[in-house]
Amino acid sequence: MASARREVNTGDVVFRGVTASFATVVVVILVVVALALLAGSKQTLFTHGAQFLTSTDWNPVEGRESFGALQFVWGTLLTSALALVIAVPISLGVAIFLAELAPDFVRVPMSFLVELLAAVPSVIYGLCGVFILRPVLLKVANVGNSILLASIVLAIMILTTISSVTREVLRAVPNVLREGALALGATRWEMLRMVVLPYAMSGISGAIILGLGRALGETMAVTMLIGNNKTHIVTNVTEPASTMASIIANEYPEAHGLQLSALTEIGLLLFVLTLALNIVARLLVWRVGRLPGGAVRA
Amino acid sequence: MELAQGYSKRRVVDAIVRGACVAATAIAVAPLLVILGYIVVKGASAISWSFFTELPKPPGDPGGGMANAIVGTLTLVALACAFGVPLGVLAGVYLSELGANSKLARAIRFSSDVMAGIPSIVAGLFVYTMVVVPMHRFSALAGGLALSMLMLPTVTRTTEELLKLVPDALREGALALGVPKWRAILRVVLRTAAPGIATGVVLAIARVTGETAPLLFTALNNNGWAQGIDHPTASLTIQIYQYAGSPYEDQQTQAWAAALVLVGIVLVLNVSARFLVRHRVQGAR
Repeated sequence: MASARREVNTGDVVFRGVTASFATVVVVILVVVALALLAGSKQTLFTHGAQFLTSTDWNPVEGRESFGALQFVWGTLLTSALALVIAVPISLGVAIFLAELAPDFVRVPMSFLVELLAAVPSVIYGLCGVFILRPVLLKVANVGNSILLASIVLAIMILTTISSVTREVLRAVPNVLREGALALGATRWEMLRMVVLPYAMSGISGAIILGLGRALGETMAVTMLIGNNKTHIVTNVTEPASTMASIIANEYPEAHGLQLSALTEIGLLLFVLTLALNIVARLLVWRVGRLPGGAVRA
Repeated sequence: MELAQGYSKRRVVDAIVRGACVAATAIAVAPLLVILGYIVVKGASAISWSFFTELPKPPGDPGGGMANAIVGTLTLVALACAFGVPLGVLAGVYLSELGANSKLARAIRFSSDVMAGIPSIVAGLFVYTMVVVPMHRFSALAGGLALSMLMLPTVTRTTEELLKLVPDALREGALALGVPKWRAILRVVLRTAAPGIATGVVLAIARVTGETAPLLFTALNNNGWAQGIDHPTASLTIQIYQYAGSPYEDQQTQAWAAALVLVGIVLVLNVSARFLVRHRVQGAR
């Protein structure tokens, strides 16, 4: 009977141990990032506390330090919201066109182009924003570095994220549903609106949230275009402002002491915000994959 | 009830929506063409042999190049691969071959997907606290580590997905010959999926080559050659960032030349990754 016991190969045990521990690193990193940011911001996190989120008084001068970051949080939210308003309708159009309407000889090269757009580095978007879009905007509307300029460039950048995930989600909608609607005499648009879009809705919201996550954390293009006005909450989108990412990019390299801690605290807030958004988005996109007949990986 | 409306009216609405979708696609593709066109035109007129061989000149002096930044970018990417690729591939092997549906595997899948969405500047902050502060110095090493964090999720998930595509018959065949599981995985399964995994790695490289934010306070910058991987180094992306904000026209021109080189590298990597995929798919069927 004893011989029926499975023989265990030492190599297998070692191999499993090694790969499992490497894989665990991926989980551990997330936790360590949170802890490191927490440790890095401890000088201001506990001493300046709530003022961080209620005040707009940002003053790194030694002896007169005050770290209110509300205007940066506001700047991030406003630029991202404006970028979404511009990008969402366009990306939905692109996704519908590429997934439902375009014939293969258009769909393949167009999908390729849209994916190349996603591969262009953000500093290049910033460069083009500075030298192509800014002069145009100055001439047409007399608007220079501003929330508006940053948001337009941001919209172009997140357009690819939203449209490619939405396209995948639309493709995961079973064809039987489309055929059923068309057989009942629906036009293409009616089929989309009454059958396909409702089915894909949670996945599409996931795609939009992924785009939002990218907009919130985008640093280079925004830093180059938003004008870095640090003083107050800006409500006029044609005025310069700052975002959480842009203030870090601008001040961190030369910061020390309390300022360094306050900037790390902004980083921590950004981390928590994007982490939460990503978790929600992933859950939403996965749900479409688990609906009957669907399969998607985004 | 809407289906009861006149058919011609419904056809008109349908046509309008289709038109809007076509227009949206045109609007989305237009910026790409403008950006690429501008970079090629501006970059081509700015680029010269000395761009690849000389060091940057002080502000205001014409000429000079970005030899140090090109080498710097290559160093940073190489370092990122040295950390990110083995870690990512082995994690992927665990997910596909060993962990499968265990709790740990699901946790890893979830966190790697979530990690892919973390802002790259946060990776920079993290590496600053963990590496730059203890070393008391900005360094290429720190920059490479920050970039490897951004590579990791892509490499892990692509490896997993591609290993899952390897037919079970291959695993069973190897095991039936008496090969231990770990050797079967390394010699048969991984080797079969290698071209696909290479595609994932190339895409990850393309992504980190263009990263700027995580380098701002890890690799920093350097006007000359880096003295080693434990010293600050220049990179193409940081140079573009700094020259884009420069009042000197010579530096702006240099920024466009660097943009051409950078976009060239990134697009070539992306396109070649696509051909790798096509090649693999054709080979498999």
